Amino acid sequence: MPVERFNTLVSGYVPLPVDNIDTDQIIPARFLKETSREGFGKKLFYDWRYLGNGDPNPDFVLNDPGFSGKILVTGKNFGSGSSREHAAWAIYDYGFRVVVAGSFADIFRGNALNTGLLPVEVGSAFIDTMMKALELSPAPRLKVDLENQRIKLMPDGISEGFEIDAYKKNCLLMGYDDIDYLLSRQKEIEKWEKTNKR
Amino acid sequence: MSARTIIDKLWDAHVVGDIDGVSGILYIDRHFVHEVTSPQAFEGLKKRNRKVLRPEKTIATADHNVPTMNQDQKVRDSLSRLQLDTLGVNCREHGVSLFGLGHENNGIVHVIGPELGITQPGMTIVCGDSHTATHGAFGALAFGIGTSQVEMVLASQCLVQSRPKRMRIRLEGKLQKGVGAKDLILYVISRMSTSGATGYFIEYDGPAIRRLTMEERMTVCNMSIEMGARGGLVAPDQTTFDYLEGRSFSPKGKEWDQALEYWKTLPSDRDAVFDREEVFDISDVEPMVTFGTNPGMAIGINGSIPPLRPSFMKSLDYMGFSPGEQLLGRDIDYVFLGSCTNGRIEDLRQFALLVAGKRKADGVTVWIVPGSKQVEKQAVNEGLDRIFAQAGMEFRQPGCSACLAMNDDKIPPGRYAVSTSNRNFEGRQGPGSRTILAGPLTAAAAAITGKISDPRDFI
Repeated sequence: MPVERFNTLVSGYVPLPVDNIDTDQIIPARFLKETSREGFGKKLFYDWRYLGNGDPNPDFVLNDPGFSGKILVTGKNFGSGSSREHAAWAIYDYGFRVVVAGSFADIFRGNALNTGLLPVEVGSAFIDTMMKALELSPAPRLKVDLENQRIKLMPDGISEGFEIDAYKKNCLLMGYDDIDYLLSRQKEIEKWEKTNKR
Repeated sequence: MSARTIIDKLWDAHVVGDIDGVSGILYIDRHFVHEVTSPQAFEGLKKRNRKVLRPEKTIATADHNVPTMNQDQKVRDSLSRLQLDTLGVNCREHGVSLFGLGHENNGIVHVIGPELGITQPGMTIVCGDSHTATHGAFGALAFGIGTSQVEMVLASQCLVQSRPKRMRIRLEGKLQKGVGAKDLILYVISRMSTSGATGYFIEYDGPAIRRLTMEERMTVCNMSIEMGARGGLVAPDQTTFDYLEGRSFSPKGKEWDQALEYWKTLPSDRDAVFDREEVFDISDVEPMVTFGTNPGMAIGINGSIPPLRPSFMKSLDYMGFSPGEQLLGRDIDYVFLGSCTNGRIEDLRQFALLVAGKRKADGVTVWIVPGSKQVEKQAVNEGLDRIFAQAGMEFRQPGCSACLAMNDDKIPPGRYAVSTSNRNFEGRQGPGSRTILAGPLTAAAAAITGKISDPRDFI
């Protein structure tokens, strides 16, 4: 699927400072029976977000009206475990466009980029500063600038650079996906097949 | 050409073209698809008005979302049925071979690929499942992908990939009696941590690896993802070739000789340099059990839960355990033998060896789920099904089952399950379920005692 173009986003952020959040927490397996991509946002973090009786868990951050925004801020090794792209779809469908984390699991990072969800890896000091800012000022925001690969805490201006694969950065800036790209090189692929028969 | 690792050799042999010096176009030799992560990929193809480019290189099975009882009857859950039917329609429309429910070759994708000889050394292999590294046991570059990438492979037989970092894990020493491949890999993960290999492809090597059977090597490679690795592999050797010779999809005659010649060139060159090297002596490894909610949180069966960082306390609270406690002797409620990690015939044989002539403990439910129809058939031929029945245990039909509990095979909230699967995440085996990962022998010991027990006391 062609992805939505991404350039710069200024938004509030939702804190979920837990390490090793696996994709079974992001979207439990029992919700993977759908055959389309839509609607997974309703099931995002389901077993943390809802109590056993189906009522919203008042202690979970997505149920706290004090926090909102298109940016999720979390801990290290986010998205570990299962390769289910449904995890990235659920986060995107819920309304997030950026996940800021201490680090990402490889498959999740790739799935996020292919979904149009930007993974931003920052140092733990920056995460601590973001968490503190939520206690100090009423509505801190983040500016995520993909072109310049910088994330900035607003309004006080601490900023940090982030890494992204140059090819995937261009895909996000332009709204391209890998399939468009691979199909544009299909002749080369077919030629390669002929000389590399196996 | 300078000395290369097996990872470099496999990569170089499959790069169609460069993109920007960092990423490349990687050709895929084998693509496995299943019902859960493929429907949106086929839907994407349809929207683009494309067909599967090389349908003969894609093989489909139904495994994640299938019942493990009454497979000859209509699937009761309507959403599951629709997902299975959708796979059938997509495969027919695109000319993809499907080993659907009830087919003699049906089973868990990572069990059937190797047992049919579809998985071979030197290949690039992908599947929309994170345990695809299982196929690395044959000396293949095998890794899990997301659904967008499934669509890419269907459309172009290629993926955009960055060259992986290379790690070698050398395993020295000899496993003790009663300690198996699952214990070995749980030990390695506990030392590496759940994210310790992020960004790397791993080559497992060393005398302890060379002594393992192919099924044991699969168990080891299977769990590479549990330390964050993109994949894990073992260079092919005589054990590999002996396993593959004569399997349905293995090369035959002259083609076999040619393949063999190529496969023998794959092992890492003596002077090849890895980005990172780790060495573990596994001589003292005990049967391993997990105590937390990720596979890195594991201890020896006689060990105690270590003092943990505050951030791990959530995990222990969920499990109902405390730092300093022993797991040995704790009551359990369920035992699950199965999954792509430990659902092969050798796993069933080991389990049967320990439970033969005994009864399961009162109050414990035991599910034995073969990894494939062929494993099921073999188990019946060897009389293992009767051993299980006499022990009061349920011998089910193949599928992923309680490993991820998409079907009805769910562990109830708060209950403890000793499972031979690969993940002990919160809710993985059903909402509120508490999973203790272990090998087949430890699972068997738990089944007959109703407690976490040292299997070495029973063999």
